[in-house]
Parts: sequence; structure tokens; C-alpha cells
Amino acid sequence: MIRFEDVSVTYDGAAEPTVQGVDFEVPEGELVLLVGPSGVGKSTVLGAVSGLVPHFTGGTLRGRVTVAGRDTRTHKPRELADVVGTVGQDPLSHFVTDTVEDELAYGMESLGLAPDVMRRRVEETLDLLGLADLRGRSIATLSGGQQQRVAIGSVLTPHPQVLVLDEPTSALDPAAAEEVLAVLQRLVHDLGTTVLMAEHRLERVVQYADQVVLLPSPGAAPVLGGPAEIMATSPVFPPVVDLGRLAGWSPLPLTVRDARRRATDLRTRLAGHEGAPTRPASAAAPPARPAVPAPRTPRPGPRLRLRPRKRPDAGTPATTPATATPAADVPPVAEVRSLAVRRGAVRALRRVDLTVAPGETVALMGRNGAGKSTLLGSLVGLVEPSAGQVRVGGAVPHRTPPRELVRRVGLVPQEPRDLLYADTVAAECAAADRDAQAAPGTCRALVSELLPGVGDGTHPRDLSEGQRLALALAVVLTARPPLLLLDEPTRGLDYGAKARLVAVLRALAAEGHAIVLATHDVELAAELAHRVVLLAEGEVIADGPTAEVVVSSPSYAPQVTKILAPQRWLTVAQVREALGGVRT
Amino acid sequence: MAEAPGVHPGAWWLWALALGTAATRTTNPLLLALLLTVSAHVVVTCRPDTPSARSYSAFLRLALAVLVIRLGFAVLLGSPIPGTHVLLTLPEVPLPHWAQGIRLGGRVTAESVLFALYDGLRLATLLVCVGAANALAAPARLLKSLPGALYEAGVAVVVALTFAPHLVADGRRLRAARRLRGRPDRGVRGLLHVGLPVLEGALERSVALAAAMDARGYGRTAEVAPAVRRTTAALTLGGLLGVCAGTYGLLTAEGGTYGLPVLLAGAAAALAGLWLGGRRSARTRYRPDTWNPRSCLVAGSGAAVAALLVLAASRAPQALHPGVVPLVAPALPLWPAAAVLLGLLPAFAAPVRRLPEEPS
Repeated sequence: MIRFEDVSVTYDGAAEPTVQGVDFEVPEGELVLLVGPSGVGKSTVLGAVSGLVPHFTGGTLRGRVTVAGRDTRTHKPRELADVVGTVGQDPLSHFVTDTVEDELAYGMESLGLAPDVMRRRVEETLDLLGLADLRGRSIATLSGGQQQRVAIGSVLTPHPQVLVLDEPTSALDPAAAEEVLAVLQRLVHDLGTTVLMAEHRLERVVQYADQVVLLPSPGAAPVLGGPAEIMATSPVFPPVVDLGRLAGWSPLPLTVRDARRRATDLRTRLAGHEGAPTRPASAAAPPARPAVPAPRTPRPGPRLRLRPRKRPDAGTPATTPATATPAADVPPVAEVRSLAVRRGAVRALRRVDLTVAPGETVALMGRNGAGKSTLLGSLVGLVEPSAGQVRVGGAVPHRTPPRELVRRVGLVPQEPRDLLYADTVAAECAAADRDAQAAPGTCRALVSELLPGVGDGTHPRDLSEGQRLALALAVVLTARPPLLLLDEPTRGLDYGAKARLVAVLRALAAEGHAIVLATHDVELAAELAHRVVLLAEGEVIADGPTAEVVVSSPSYAPQVTKILAPQRWLTVAQVREALGGVRT
Repeated sequence: MAEAPGVHPGAWWLWALALGTAATRTTNPLLLALLLTVSAHVVVTCRPDTPSARSYSAFLRLALAVLVIRLGFAVLLGSPIPGTHVLLTLPEVPLPHWAQGIRLGGRVTAESVLFALYDGLRLATLLVCVGAANALAAPARLLKSLPGALYEAGVAVVVALTFAPHLVADGRRLRAARRLRGRPDRGVRGLLHVGLPVLEGALERSVALAAAMDARGYGRTAEVAPAVRRTTAALTLGGLLGVCAGTYGLLTAEGGTYGLPVLLAGAAAALAGLWLGGRRSARTRYRPDTWNPRSCLVAGSGAAVAALLVLAASRAPQALHPGVVPLVAPALPLWPAAAVLLGLLPAFAAPVRRLPEEPS
């Protein structure tokens, strides 16, 4: 169906081809997964299928790409529109119209299908994707998962033979991701659609793939093979594969189910070592504070209480205790009491209580639109509470001038690029030092630590996703805020970048920084968080140690937990450590 | 489908613009107030639940601002209306002799204020009518009904229209990000600093959108015979030339005879060219808005209001333009008022069918 014949792509101004030696064929009706670290040219390969590379992006394509017998050299993207459906990384930049129904019809209108055919297919697609209730809704009001389904639906209606998807589940919560993947499964099984997709979150998709194309490193030729075979040598792999490699299982299991069936032996080996069920041994878990209802005082109360609490912090805002063994008497870094936030008619948050102690890492989880970002926003004063109180380092965030607030709390937003204004890394660092009133060079030192090998003159836009995140993190850390907030930090990061991020955040937590991260990535939460707070519809529905919260939830349990249940393991690292202990 | 066949967006625009035309024919505050009430009532009963429908209040505010500004000018700069009822006397600013005819401050008479009020009210009513059209049928929906040959230009406009809200959202997000950097997020400097990244983001987004549209078949063309293509070009060009020449003829003194026929012929040729050009685009329309009896009723009621008020303005100008010198209370002329009430017809003919609240 899709055929690459010795393809290489060189973009204008680039010395080296972005991809080369691409030579494989995707047979009809298969779901093929394209994997590899960031920056190996996955998007380029996907773009070549729809003809956007090179017709739209520019550059030179050598070799030949044929889709359903059509050569992309002679066919422009619009002439391939009836055979290839493409959904890019950001569904929002895909939409042309503003309502669901019009969007589904748009592609068919361009192709000139008869009105009665269009009508029928719109209805079919609405049913297939479970969008019937949303048909008249404005697209901007939909949740991330719904938008992603609309985007897929909008390219499905012309009945393309090939579907090309770039990271369809990266921005979605686990449940929404499963929804989207279930739809893809159905398309492949029932309609015989050929699917080629790239995805970083292998733990979600690898079990659905018929074949995997691995791009091992930039410029290297891709390797095609069965999922198990490729995963055995791939530089990127999901936890289930990591565990399989650790235990020496062959062939490698790709699904939790396969792995469970092999794991009896591993479970008996681990049986005696269940000592560290809550955390990897690297950091001591701070005691989870039960949410103590605050003594409700009338209005003058908070102002009076504010001062004594400010004292321990105010004198030494820049230094946090290096040896953070949080005790019960240490004042919390952040305190949220029965917080409510309204956005028009929507109640984004209601009666939320949250306390964060120094040195503690808290993961906020929940569906897209559950209120995670709003909660983070109210902790940095971007969102004004409509009821309840928020205190960060003794101050009320939305009433504190930004200049003072940065020394109490820092947020790395979902799109780290928003934080970066300057043309070069050096200028960005200088600006950060000025903003934070830190000694010149503070930020640059942090950047060198987090991002070794990035030159002063690099433009922030030329950095990879992970590097940009690290730069934004360095900018925020320049003010040494005792509380660090991260919104979806692993979106678009490959496993390597994620591992580096985990190491950095662990070191920060060990220094006494409190960290709150909003994430859909259950594996990240398992690696990092002491505590997990689950939000649903703006309310806290669970708050407790990671192991307890995560183990009891089917969609938020990491793979290792599912495989080794009923034992309580969270990460491969824990298992590795325990097994290491067995051997020595 | 829970919805009844809707009213064609063009009908709503015709209705609203006709009401606006009616408003320009009168300065009688009672009639204008009646027009305002009629349009507002129809908007409230008929508007769909879309973002553009929610922009109605913005138009109302704009109309109010226009009224206030008109009054402010009348008070500050005076007006040529002679009046005897002095309300108050502002200190007059002496102006140099070359600025003769301009007055700053001075006497403010009841007559001049009333005249400004009537005049401002007329302008405000016109604005509110445009707002009503906007609320009842989004301009994007209207653009969808363009002939095939103009479709691509229409999409460009639609995309541009949806772009502004994105730009505002981007701006907000980036200003919030300034706060995260510890810089003040208010003030002009904050706005300036955010400008460049916002534009960059907008540019990136438009490139991504263009790629998506291209990949979804935007701009596909059907093969047409060269003869048809040439005829299209000839008709369109010739038609436009004819329109220009005809207009010139109409406007100059000598061309009174050939002006109108040439203009009409040119317009016909241009339309034929457009229609032929539409054959190049292979597009079809999904559930196009159809011009049904309901639409006729809506457009017709607006047209009736406009026609009757134009008639009234020529028959009984005094009733439609109450004098301010001497000061008299405006009276409600009976049959023009009844004519305005005809504009209420859509509220009964095409009330919106509200779908039951959808669980999301």
C-alpha cells in the first residue's frame, strides 16, 4: 500500500539528509508503528507518505514513495487526499471549520462527493467514533480526546485507504488514548485501513502494531520487523519490554497480559523483597499529610495568619534546606483550602484541598479537562480563586507581584516555548538572571548542568522538545523557588529525555524543592511521585501515596504494577534494584 | 435530526440590513426605539447557540459608545442647531482666527443635545441591526453560500475570521507566561513584548493549517476543456470591464444613454463567468443552506419594513423627522409604527429549536 524505495530527504540548508536509506513497504490493512528517539525524522517519513514532504515543506526527496500506486513526486498532497488521511501532532491546527459536523464533511466537500454520500458517511463516522452527541458542538469546546477523535474522523470520511497519524495519543489521558486506539483497531480490523503512526508512548501502542519500523538514530536506515523482534534491540522501549529484558524473557512480551503469564517465576523471586513498595530507595517518602481542615476564620483571619507564616521564609527565600527530611512541624510550601474556581458557567475546581510539604513530589492526574492545569494556575496566581484560599510560601499568589512570586513558586507551562522570548540561549539566561534578581551566570550554570553541550548562540526554537523543556526549567529555577510546578512535562519527550528529566527532578526534590506535576504519564508518576492526587470534574477524588492510589486504578496503574500484581511494584528500576540485592 | 430546516443565512442578513435601511429613513426616537426592540426580540428568540451569536452584546456596547460619543461632541463642540433653551454654559476656549467656525465649549442648548441624541440613535440602531445579522447568521455561514468559483476566497476569509480569537488566546497565554518569568503582565510594555511571539505563533499555526488543508484536498481542481476555460476568462474580464464602463457612463453627464445597459450587460457577463468558473472546482456542498419559504418570509418581512418606511419618509417626512426647533415631544406616527412591527414576523416564523442540553 505504501512503498518507500531508497528514500532520502534533505531539507533546504541542511548539510545532511534528515532520513536516508528508507526502504520498506507497508502492506494493505496493517497497523505499522514508527518508533525512534526524538529528532530521527519520524515526522519526515510520515510527511512523505501524504506528499507534504517535499511539496509543502520544501527540501529534496530522493528515491520514490508510492501510495496506492500513486507516486508522490507527481501527485501533490491535494491529489492524494482521497487515498491518504493525515492527522498531525496538534489536532487544533488541523481544523478548518468550527463545528464537528462541518469538519467531518470538509474533506468530502473538497473531493466533490455527492451530497447523499456525504450525509451517509458523516452519520456513519459519527457513530463509529462515538461522536454522535457532539455533532453540533463547536470544536473549541471539546476536550483533547474528543478533538483527536474529530480530527481522525475528519480524515476518515473520504474513506482513505491509508491513515497517517503523528503522535495521536501523546496529549491524551490514558482513558482517552484507549478510546482513540480502540477506534484505530476497529478501522484496521473492520475496514482494512492501512495505518502508519508515530508515537513516543510505546506502552500504549506497541501491542496493537503488526509491524514496527525503527529509526535507530538520525540518518540511520530504518529497521522493519515484528514488534517483539524490534523491541529486543530498540533504543526506545516501554516498561513491559524493559522488564522482559531484565527477566530475560524470550520472545519479549509486549502486552501486560503476556507478561503476567510469564511473571510467576519473577514474582516468586521478588516475593521476599517487597520491602519498598512505595518508593525506589533513592528518596525517603515524606509523610503524607492528611488534609487537616483549616480553622475557618472570618475575613481578617488570613491576613493575620499570613505574617507569622511568612517569617521563616521571608529571610531566606533563595535557600531551601538542603537536607530535607520533612517533618510534621515544617510549614508546608503550598496550602490550598477548599479552593473553587469558576470559568464562566463552568466550575473548573470545587472544594479542592491540597498541602505540599518541602521535598515532596506530587503528581496531579486525571482526565483532560479535570482541572489539573487550573489548579497549577491558581498556585502561581494566574487563576483567581472564586472561593477558598491558596497560600504559597505564605503569600496569596494572585495578589503577589510577579517579581516576588517567582522566588516562591515557578511553573513550567505545557508549552515551554511560551516562557522563552530571546533569540539565543545566552540572552535568555541573562534575562532570567535579571528577572529573578539572581547573580549573573546563575541561569547559565543551571543550563550547563541540565543541558550539557548547548551553545550560547543557539536559538531556543532550534532546540529539541526535551532541550527546550530543560531550558525553561533552568529559567524557572534561576529564582530558586521552593515550589516547582510542571504542566505535562513529558509531552513529546522520548524515553531518553524522560529519564534525564526524572533524574533532574529527583535531585531537585532531594535538595528540598517541592514539586507538583500535572501529567497523563502514569509511568512518570510512578517513577517520581511520592503522592498522587487524582482529580475528576474539578474535585479531588483520591489523594495518597503513589503506590496506593495508582495500584487501585486500572487506567492509572503503570505496566509494572499490572504485571506484578498483587505485589506492589511501580517501576522497573525498583525491580532491578531488588533483584540486584538478590544476586549479591 | 432534531432541527427544522433553518433559515438561509442570506435571508437573515437581508432582513437585518433592511431594518437598518429603515432606520436610516427616520430620526423619530420612538420609531428607532421600536426598531431596536423588534430586532432585539427577534435576536433573542431566533439566535442559535454559536460564538458569533454571543457577539451581540458587543454590538450593543458599541452602539451605546457611538451614542455617547455623538452626544459628547455636541456638548463640547456645539452644533449649528439654533436653540434658545440653554441647559448649561461651558467655559469657551478662545481659538485663533484661522479656526473660525469651530467652537470649543460655550452654550449647550437642549435643542442641540436632542438633535445629537436623535442622530446618534439612528446610527446606533443601524449598528445594532448589523449586530443582529451577525448574531442570527454567522458571517462564516453566509460565506459558505458563495458561488463555487469564489469558494476558495471564502475559505480564506473564514480562516482569517477564526484566526482572531486564536490570536487573542495566544496573547493571553503569553502574557500569563510573562508573569511566570517574574515580569509584570500588565501595561503597554507587556503587550509589546508579547507581540512578536504571538505573531510567530500565528504564522506557525497558519502554515500548519495550510498543510492540513492541502492534505485534505483544498484546491483540487477538475479538468475542464480549454474552450470553457477561455470562455470563462473572456466573460469575467469582459464583464468587469463592462461594469466599469457602465458605472462611468452612469456617473458622467454625457453617458446617460449607454450607461445603464452596459452596466447590466457587464454584470450579467461577470456572473456568467463566475458560474462557468465554478465548473473548475469539483467541490460539493454538505447540507447546503436552502432558500425555503421560511427564508422568503424572513427576508420579505425585512424588505416590507424598509419599503414602507421609505414610502413613509417621502409621504410624511414631518412624522419621521420630528423637529427640535421649536422643542416638541415626538409623536408616534401610527402606520409607520405598524410597518416596523412587521419586522417581528421571523420571531414567529423561525423560532430556534433548542436542542435538549447535551451531556458532554
